[in-house]
Amino acid sequence: MKIVVCLKQVPDSETRVKLDPTGKSLDSAGVSLVVNPYDEYAIEEALKLKEAAGAGEVIILTLGASGAATAIRNALAMGADRGILLKADTANADARAISEALSSTIKELSPDLVLCGKQAIDDDGAQVGPRIAELLGWPCVTVVTKLEISPGKVRAEREIEGGIEVCECALPAVITAQKGLNEPRYASLKGIMAAKKKEILEQDVTLSAPGLVTSSMSLPAGRSAGRMVGSGKEAVPELVRILREEARVI
Amino acid sequence: MSILVFIEVRDGKIRRVSHEVLGAARRLADSMGGKPVVAVVVGSAIQDVPSLGPAGADKALVCDAPQFEKYSPDGYATVVAAAVGRSGADTALFAATSMGKDLSPRVAARLKAGLATDCTALGAEGGRVVATRPVMAGKALAEVRWDGLQVASLRPKIFEALAPDSSRSVAVESLAPGVSEADLKVRTVEVKAASAGKLDLTEAEVIVSGGRGMKGPENYNILEDLAAALGGVVGASRAAVDAGWRPHGDQVGQTGKTVSPKLYVACGISGAIQHLAGISSSRCIVAINKDAEAPIFKVADYGLVGDVFEVVPALTEAVKKLNSH
Ligand SMILES: Cc1cc2nc3c(=O)[nH]c(=O)nc-3n(C[C@H](O)[C@H](O)[C@H](O)COP(=O)(O)OP(=O)(O)OC[C@H]3O[C@@H](n4cnc5c(N)ncnc54)[C@H](O)[C@@H]3O)c2cc1C
Ligand SMILES: Nc1ncnc2c1ncn2[C@@H]1O[C@H](COP(=O)(O)O)[C@@H](O)[C@H]1O
Repeated sequence: MKIVVCLKQVPDSETRVKLDPTGKSLDSAGVSLVVNPYDEYAIEEALKLKEAAGAGEVIILTLGASGAATAIRNALAMGADRGILLKADTANADARAISEALSSTIKELSPDLVLCGKQAIDDDGAQVGPRIAELLGWPCVTVVTKLEISPGKVRAEREIEGGIEVCECALPAVITAQKGLNEPRYASLKGIMAAKKKEILEQDVTLSAPGLVTSSMSLPAGRSAGRMVGSGKEAVPELVRILREEARVI
Repeated sequence: MSILVFIEVRDGKIRRVSHEVLGAARRLADSMGGKPVVAVVVGSAIQDVPSLGPAGADKALVCDAPQFEKYSPDGYATVVAAAVGRSGADTALFAATSMGKDLSPRVAARLKAGLATDCTALGAEGGRVVATRPVMAGKALAEVRWDGLQVASLRPKIFEALAPDSSRSVAVESLAPGVSEADLKVRTVEVKAASAGKLDLTEAEVIVSGGRGMKGPENYNILEDLAAALGGVVGASRAAVDAGWRPHGDQVGQTGKTVSPKLYVACGISGAIQHLAGISSSRCIVAINKDAEAPIFKVADYGLVGDVFEVVPALTEAVKKLNSH
């Protein structure tokens, strides 16, 4: 089975954001970059499927700046076979443009399965996976917490409000991974050494014009510390009074 | 030019969140000189279509077909894309629910449109829509505009539904599915309810969340009791979920759910940046933690320093007493 995992490099979730002087984007100075957490579930699932099949290939596909090769390297250290980095200027890119570029490479690779994260934790878009599927004309199940693949067939469970939807489709398909799908492995020392020798193919791509344009960025009015009501259960009556009379939430 | 609103139906019933989106669409349409608001309703044995008029719709395109009893990504996308064409919409709005989040990118891709997901504000400028959407889990806000068709999903519980205006009625037209069973690439074969009637965290008015300070899964019953007394549901920090104490669907935060309840009670949660990212749009945050220095107190509206095992049951009793009056 040939599997493509779409991996995005994103700022660490610990990042405290600052605006850059243009006010149109976030300041990237000093921000540490990591593999998008949901993409780690996608990588793990791909590796497990390959191991279960006893054969196949896991290809990591990233669109981003040259530095994104580091994130691909992390995935190769976990056990993926090779990487492709589509180098592009993403300053004004939107999900439409990114999905177009990713899907045309995927079409050439012609895999059996594409795994994405359910969402990138920087833009919080949650749209690249299903867009790729539409562009390829393939089925897509999003926010998947359980995946079973039998010859030519996919059975996936996806999280919905208050429950789970069980979906079926054929291969090739696009699946987007949600937390709970699996427990991503750590790269072993051996894996890290082996990754150094694995191939990362770099290609320059030009993105099409975006359909969605960010005109400005701002920081939300932060919540300020409120009031300490007291300590221990002695403070409970006062808390209840405040919640009822002042905050009017109970 | 009209504004199209996708109306979400589960088990034949229109979901309340769709009234929020209709309310947002109506206000937007009025601020743009009174464009028509067209609802597209997809499902099977759909009830209560006339209620869409008082909720803000001028017209409803209804696709009622047995094959749409359960959500079908491809089928619904075909119907909604057709409805955009039929209604001459320049804007299509969805709720950012699990259905809306799944459907909107497909519709946007088919119509080659830009999509702004999970928006928290909508406005108009020069006849075009301007939206605000949180990025980096709400650590920053992006103001966005579109080139071409404007597709957006709106975060639940942020936009208000209109007070029903019974003088308004909706013109209903039916829409053919336009797809055969064979065109449906993904089929939903089963819907398992997590626990019957349990409200989702994203829809709850009150959330009582527990973290590592709860010490173990068996202690969550005191949070269940408090949640029951407050008419809310229980959530958890990632530490509690990773420990296997609570299901993944209960996780609140950057890699869990973003919630906007009226009241969020954090019990034994330290307030890590990733947790705070998911709760910042709550109206009122109460923190109960035995460590007076815990970062959660820096964002809580009301803080109580104490042992959850002592404070939470006392709080439950006090709330119950209040309710019985
Ligand atoms: C990529 C990434 C994504 C993440 N995403 C999320 C996310 O979505 N959501 C999330 O929550 N976290 C997330 N985290 C984890 C986050 O960094 C914290 O580790 C986590 O939130 C801590 O959970 P906690 O507050 O329950 O535990 P702790 O930080 O261990 O805090 C426990 C608290 O309980 C208090 N306590 C202990 N006993 C009692 C008692 N008897 N009575 C009262 N108080 C008591 C302690 O004083 C302490 O403040 C993420 C981390 C990473 C790296
Ligand atoms: N630039 C990118 N390169 C590779 N994959 C991406 C990129 N952007 C998004 N993806 C994939 O699409 C998923 C959802 O991203 P988004 O729609 O931006 O939230 C991510 O988890 C990745 O799997």
